Amino acid sequence: MPITEIFSYGFMQRALVSGVLVGVLCAVLGVFLVLRRLSLIGDGLSHVTFGSVALALALRAKPLYVTIVALPIVLLSSLGILKLTDKARIYGDAAIGIVSAVGIATGMILAGASGGFNVDLFSYLFGNILAIGSAELILALILFCVVLGTICRYYHELFAITFDEELARCSGIRVERLNGLLAVLTSLTVVLAMKVVGILLVSALLIIPAVTSLQVARGFRATMVIAALFAVFSVVSGILLAFVMNLPAGGVIVLLNIICFMLAYAWRKLASAPAGGR
Amino acid sequence: MQVDLLKVEDVSCSYGGMEVLRNISFRVQPGDYLGIVGPNGSGKSTLVKSILGLVPRLCGSVQLFGVEQSAFADWQRIGYLPQRIRFFNPNFPGTVEEIVRLGLLAAGGDKDGGAVDRAVEMMGIADLKKRLIGDLSGGQQQRVLLARALVNRPQLLILDEPTTALDPETREHFYALLEQVNMQEGTTVLLVTHDTWSIGKYANRFIYVDKKIVFDGSFDDFCRSAEMTAFFGEHAQHLICHRHH
Repeated sequence: MPITEIFSYGFMQRALVSGVLVGVLCAVLGVFLVLRRLSLIGDGLSHVTFGSVALALALRAKPLYVTIVALPIVLLSSLGILKLTDKARIYGDAAIGIVSAVGIATGMILAGASGGFNVDLFSYLFGNILAIGSAELILALILFCVVLGTICRYYHELFAITFDEELARCSGIRVERLNGLLAVLTSLTVVLAMKVVGILLVSALLIIPAVTSLQVARGFRATMVIAALFAVFSVVSGILLAFVMNLPAGGVIVLLNIICFMLAYAWRKLASAPAGGR
Repeated sequence: MQVDLLKVEDVSCSYGGMEVLRNISFRVQPGDYLGIVGPNGSGKSTLVKSILGLVPRLCGSVQLFGVEQSAFADWQRIGYLPQRIRFFNPNFPGTVEEIVRLGLLAAGGDKDGGAVDRAVEMMGIADLKKRLIGDLSGGQQQRVLLARALVNRPQLLILDEPTTALDPETREHFYALLEQVNMQEGTTVLLVTHDTWSIGKYANRFIYVDKKIVFDGSFDDFCRSAEMTAFFGEHAQHLICHRHH
């Protein structure tokens, strides 16, 4: 099949556009999360997304409404993680574990009560980017603008708390408020990403482009740009490859990300070998 | 009447029910080079953190530039250099230029332009601007953080054990840099250290803390203090004072 024909399909155009939007968001947010050792927040929130999707499907919601049901639940859960860490005096990873378990347990009960794991639920677990509709694409575009616009607006403040929270406080930055903002942005992105790679692989999209970029980038801004480029490459080539070879797109996208990471790691090792540098 | 840059009144702090600071009171005037010294675990770092609002106080008040600490918002007037960056990641991807520029956040950016260049020039790290901070030596990293603290030209510079990880030669150079900032830029310096021997050469005022203030005065007074003689021993105190003169 000629490549131009692939691009002429409406479902393929929607898949590519939404995939790029989600890939860029995950990569950019992932840099903050990875450097702040919050990588697994995406994993925890994706488990909550599973519970939310099971709830929406139990209520017989249409695909767009599944996203709309999931958004507030995942948002509240992300803030719950912060509250647990702050007020209950437990470490962040334990708080993520608790919220994650609640999400999975709720999802299992709801899925069981509504007749077991059906095709719809599996499509959210493993992703089905080629099934994205026009309304979902518009929602993705709106959320993309909101999340990326917010990151650009608070770039310096987010950079400061990523470098060191104590120093950021002494620059007059309200660290707790920014942590909340970062959690909210991550929630929006996780919900958006579930259709692209599936709930089970969302955290890969948040983590791998960021750590790949960290192998080669020189500078914080450069790290975000390069992470976004890796993500776009993986998503676009992953969707095309999956379509041509009739494979699940989510899995192909994540494996391409892993290959990029291995190449970047090897390149860094080779580049630094003679000088014995970084 | 001249407003104190810093006024600490009757401050007490505790950790887990254990008192680490008791009734601390002192003032800092413009142009001071104040060394807060004391042994490990004496509460020096807690004192700095309570001044900056990073740890809660049991009682007492802290005023920065005449404003109660909790209401203080003019952070561009203060530069802060911590003992070490918490959880510092050696692979952090920030360049020297990006890190120094962070110091301009409180002022809302580089208003007159060239602030970053000035700061890195002053610290002698202009040639490292494009390097990643994780690629630098401990001494170079501390200079970067000092440049970050100074990029706003703050009136008050607060440093918490900044030389702990440095070798003796780099440490001496670092102290000389601080003296230059104090003398040439007129920046008031509050330096916390347990390195009493070196700071004796530079600070014009000492506060010796061991949970409470044991001594507060000039270096000459310090050298003549019978209480300090008893604390350090005559020989050690003589060496400190001898090095100074």
